Amino acid sequence: MTLSEMNFALPDLAPAAAEIFLLTMACAILVLDVFLKDARRTVTFVLTMLTLAGSFFITFVGSSAEITYTFSNMFVDDLMGDFLKLLLYATVFVVIMYARGYMLERAPQAKGEFYTLTLFATLGMMVMISANHFLTVYLGLELLSLSLYAMVALNRDSVQATEAAMKYFVLGALASGLLLYGMSMIYGATGTLEITGVAERLQLGAANKTVLSLGLVFLVAGIAFKLGVVPFHMWIPDVYHGAPTAVTLFIGSAPKLAAFAIVIRMLVNGLIVLAQDWQQMLILLSVLSMGIGNLAAIAQTNLKRMLAYSTISHMGFMLLGLVTGVVGGDARYALNAYSSSMFYVVTYVLTSAGTFGMILLMARSGFEADQLDDFKGLNKRSPWFAGIMMMLMFSMAGVPFFVGFFAKFSVLQAVVASGQIWLAIVAVIFSLIGAFYYLRVVKLMYFDQPSDPSPIEAAFDVKVLMSANGLAVAVLGIFPQALMSLCAYTLLRSL
Amino acid sequence: MEFKTAVFYFLSAILVFASLRVITARNAVVAVLHLILAFFSAGGVWALLQAEFLAIGIVLIYVGAVMVLFLFVVMMLDINIDRLREKFWSYLPLGLIVGLVMLFELGAVLSANYLGVMESDAPQVPAGVSNTKALGRLIYTDFVYPFELASVVLLVAIVAAIAITYRGRKPTKSTDPAKQIRVQAKDRVRVLQMPSEKQD
Repeated sequence: MTLSEMNFALPDLAPAAAEIFLLTMACAILVLDVFLKDARRTVTFVLTMLTLAGSFFITFVGSSAEITYTFSNMFVDDLMGDFLKLLLYATVFVVIMYARGYMLERAPQAKGEFYTLTLFATLGMMVMISANHFLTVYLGLELLSLSLYAMVALNRDSVQATEAAMKYFVLGALASGLLLYGMSMIYGATGTLEITGVAERLQLGAANKTVLSLGLVFLVAGIAFKLGVVPFHMWIPDVYHGAPTAVTLFIGSAPKLAAFAIVIRMLVNGLIVLAQDWQQMLILLSVLSMGIGNLAAIAQTNLKRMLAYSTISHMGFMLLGLVTGVVGGDARYALNAYSSSMFYVVTYVLTSAGTFGMILLMARSGFEADQLDDFKGLNKRSPWFAGIMMMLMFSMAGVPFFVGFFAKFSVLQAVVASGQIWLAIVAVIFSLIGAFYYLRVVKLMYFDQPSDPSPIEAAFDVKVLMSANGLAVAVLGIFPQALMSLCAYTLLRSL
Repeated sequence: MEFKTAVFYFLSAILVFASLRVITARNAVVAVLHLILAFFSAGGVWALLQAEFLAIGIVLIYVGAVMVLFLFVVMMLDINIDRLREKFWSYLPLGLIVGLVMLFELGAVLSANYLGVMESDAPQVPAGVSNTKALGRLIYTDFVYPFELASVVLLVAIVAAIAITYRGRKPTKSTDPAKQIRVQAKDRVRVLQMPSEKQD
């Protein structure tokens, strides 16, 4: 074959400009960091922040309501992707701001790597968000997971962190295997890995239903593992607990956006014809997660473990929105249902970033503020931060009128609209049970005596950011409509 | 039986035997050697399917590079296989039950209409078209995006491995003459005052 026979058009690189920019910068920072003296790691930090800001700018300028495919239809650029990516950059930006001081103290030998690994993980999430091919979903997921395994183990002299990383790695590899197995079966049944292509073949109804359902089971199991919903949740508490808190903050926030994106891409964009099948599986996962997550969280004395179980229950609640899209072959409520889930994820990421940020803010050298008792009497030590923590806890519990309440409300509305009243009742009961352990934190902060009355000290920028984060939860609770309609609009333009 | 079929069964028999030995061998080195044999036979099966690139790839990459490294690691580690197997028999019944249940379930689902695998002829490749060339062309054109992503995954693997294991440069044992000249008596000898202790 000669060169002239290769009729190959260069792919359109413009939709992936943000990914290309971030990758180039990450490699540049990686090399530059080697030549920096320890005292000058500020350069790495500033460059990382500039990279995120630059990606934000590129994505923002390049966003349009049209759906563009490139790289032989493996990459899709649509409004949902752009919106989630913008949120992703903002979240990672905030996470690094919170995490900086902590990582400097806790993992002195790996200062630069924290930033570069964070950037590579961000790239993985961007790939997941823009994936239109099962292969790129998988590769993005691996890029994210591999960076996260290493970040959990960065504090390598801690036995707990090493054990958590090992567990995360082994279980994560197993989950990837399940996901790949499912993908291969779907490929076997439809003859393509391209997500829009799979949807077309399924519409024609030519695929082997048995193989397809079997593949779907493995696919959903793999997704459930990555989302951390019951019964695939065993890694979450150990990893959240064992990882350095800065890494827990990262794992507990940004990847949820990407996980939501791949659920929409694979199940809704690709396998909507099988909605009846996967909705049943998701209902089971959702109810179990809300139950076990909320009940187990009550028994925890470690705040990080408690929040881990709370994540499980929140992800279960988020899945509720996804199970109500198609009712008896009628997809009338689909948009409403999926946008309520999206709103839920976005508000959860905002709230959990603030909560883990608060643990980081209170941690000092040689002291982790990750026990519930460490929050005793916070009101006496710092009334302002106690107030912010209270708002975050109220939002997580779903107390009106904080943003978490509207997130729960819109999901419940979607569930009721689909006619599954029993599901809504179960969700409300478990949320009420869950409110107990969030309010216990508030009680500890306001009605107990502090064991250490020294005031909270933190860098000025972290204080400002924390205040902004807490106020965002309150302000979005008063005006939730803007964000809600933004979620609905981006989904409308993308599905 | 056609000659090709005979070769296939021959290679498959070796493959199954070698794979079984990998998990049953008492000696880790023997297990690794059998794994190499398994890779070789798998390469042979692929060559039969006219996937010569994969066949060469598995021999070059897995046998040539990965397994040699593996062999080194296994030889250097002192693995006490008997201690690893202590709990083997106590877990065996449970494992067997779980395995059998899964096998039964998969069988029940699949046997209904999928066990009769649809027979399809291997795609007829016109003479003069190289599988390797076609693969290379696809990787650098249609699949360039996942290909680049895979390279980033490997880069992250390198960064991660170094970040977790690198503990700074070891101090060198060479001497610095300038420091040797500047040394003073108090740097070399330290006189300690210790209270006397009674010996039991």
